Amino acid sequence: MKLKKQDIEHIAKLARLELSPKELKKYGGQLSAILGYIGQLQEADTTGVEPTAQITGLENVFREDETKEWDEQEREDALAQAPEIEDGQIKVKRILD
Amino acid sequence: MKLNELTIKKALDMLAKKEITSVELTEACLARIKAVNKKLNACLTVCELEAMAEANQADVQMAKGKKGALLGIPYLAKDNIMTWGIRTTASSKILENYIAPFDATIIKKLKKEGAVLLGKTNLDEFAHGASTENSAFGPTHNPWDLKRVPGGSSGGSAAAVAADMCIFALGTDTGGSIRQPASFCGITGLKPSYGLASRFGLIAMTSSTDVPGPLTKTVEDAAIILSIIKGVDKSDSTTVAGKAKDTGQKIKKDLLGVKIGFPKEYFIKGIAAGVDTAVKEAIAKLEELGAEFKEISLPHTKYGVPVYYIITPSEISSNLAKFDGIKYGFSKKDSQNLLAVYLKSRGYGFGPETKRRIMIGTYALSAGYYDAYYLQAQKVRTKIKEEMDYELEKLDCLLTPTSPHTAFKIGEQQDDPLKMYLEDIFVSNPSLAGLPAISIPCGFSDNMPVGMQLIGKRFGEETLFRIGYNYQTATNWHKKKPLL
Repeated sequence: MKLKKQDIEHIAKLARLELSPKELKKYGGQLSAILGYIGQLQEADTTGVEPTAQITGLENVFREDETKEWDEQEREDALAQAPEIEDGQIKVKRILD
Repeated sequence: MKLNELTIKKALDMLAKKEITSVELTEACLARIKAVNKKLNACLTVCELEAMAEANQADVQMAKGKKGALLGIPYLAKDNIMTWGIRTTASSKILENYIAPFDATIIKKLKKEGAVLLGKTNLDEFAHGASTENSAFGPTHNPWDLKRVPGGSSGGSAAAVAADMCIFALGTDTGGSIRQPASFCGITGLKPSYGLASRFGLIAMTSSTDVPGPLTKTVEDAAIILSIIKGVDKSDSTTVAGKAKDTGQKIKKDLLGVKIGFPKEYFIKGIAAGVDTAVKEAIAKLEELGAEFKEISLPHTKYGVPVYYIITPSEISSNLAKFDGIKYGFSKKDSQNLLAVYLKSRGYGFGPETKRRIMIGTYALSAGYYDAYYLQAQKVRTKIKEEMDYELEKLDCLLTPTSPHTAFKIGEQQDDPLKMYLEDIFVSNPSLAGLPAISIPCGFSDNMPVGMQLIGKRFGEETLFRIGYNYQTATNWHKKKPLL
């Protein structure tokens, strides 16, 4: 599995990562090698085998959908981490020009 | 013996008898951190003032006759575990100045029992690695040989326990990140069964295999910590009650009739001779203590690493999408538009291995590749789990080396991600199957520690403790200390 430069650029864009030309080159080779290695899984016979996403056997763990009082200090501490705040809310860039 | 060298068990005894105070114990650990952290780079943050205040408080409480299972015991926590008001970086530039707004459930539980938090330990960025070299804040050095890695990703916690900078430490294990560094540093490291201890407040890596666990000086201490951090948590819907009991007389029961499986796929040609010898001697010792060994076969073992390196990056690519420069963490907020904020914040904030894993995961989950990679990996994961469960029905546990070799040199394999992934060869399968596993020191090879791994039945931690306790009663490997 050999990934082309455009493939890496496409993956990086999907993953929202800006990469330098040097990084693009380096990851191209490394990702191809890793994908080649994990490709050996194709040889394993999995006919009729169910996939395992989690192993606890738990199903449908529900909780009430209700508003909970949150510690005011924890709320303020959480908001204080945002790069830009206005009127107690996190400010984001406009998405329509 | 210096106070910072004590085990939890011994320190609790001495505190109860009023032979020492928590302030003295905490001061001894802080002094040791000051003396050796420059050499080791095991701690990223030391909260001296807070720790001394907590230690004082513990002494006051004790004088009043208040009890706590860990009252006055100082510890370190891996820096991907949230600690309220104290910097939590995950060893990433993207969280360099992040102050956690709440405590992880396991931190809350330790606090409730009176444990004293000394600081936060180094790790591979977001726990992505097996050497602690992927930290944005420089590698941790192995206390047994400063030129070597401590293993990873909980390398800071393992080095700190081995160097007696704390009485115990917390780590996280996703595919070996507690056990492999415990083995490289000559200490005990437990990965509990998946779901036994809450993941709430861990910075998520691979949600389907992440577990928190203790790194300790003895097996008995690991049992003490597990008894405190385990339990159902409403904030983590994957927690289950399990059946692991408190540390008690049961772990002291002898090993007569204990049946241990010896999977032949774990004793392969690539194992270093010194590791092979040490583990075989440990087997002989356990036989002497009454355990019976049986060779078994787990034919899907070889698929563990490829499965792990599809499932893990896939979950990482999803879990790390939240680091976007908007809500917290590093932000290139002066970029021209929203997309540029994402691209630049993440492009600058994440290190090389984290980017690699995000990209592998993005690829494996992308249209056209999902069935071939992710779905196939989850199916092979079923086979791995089923064959381990099948053998464990007839046995009490499995025994393997923790790693095929001892600690390697810093820089030796950093540019070869695939070689680094193969570090997980013996430790990834118990994670995929959600089984408990413990690494216990069992000898040395060229003056570097060797660890053996015991893999138990799901929620069968007690059997691992029992075997480990008996082994450590009969051997002294866990008492050896590095010269620093």
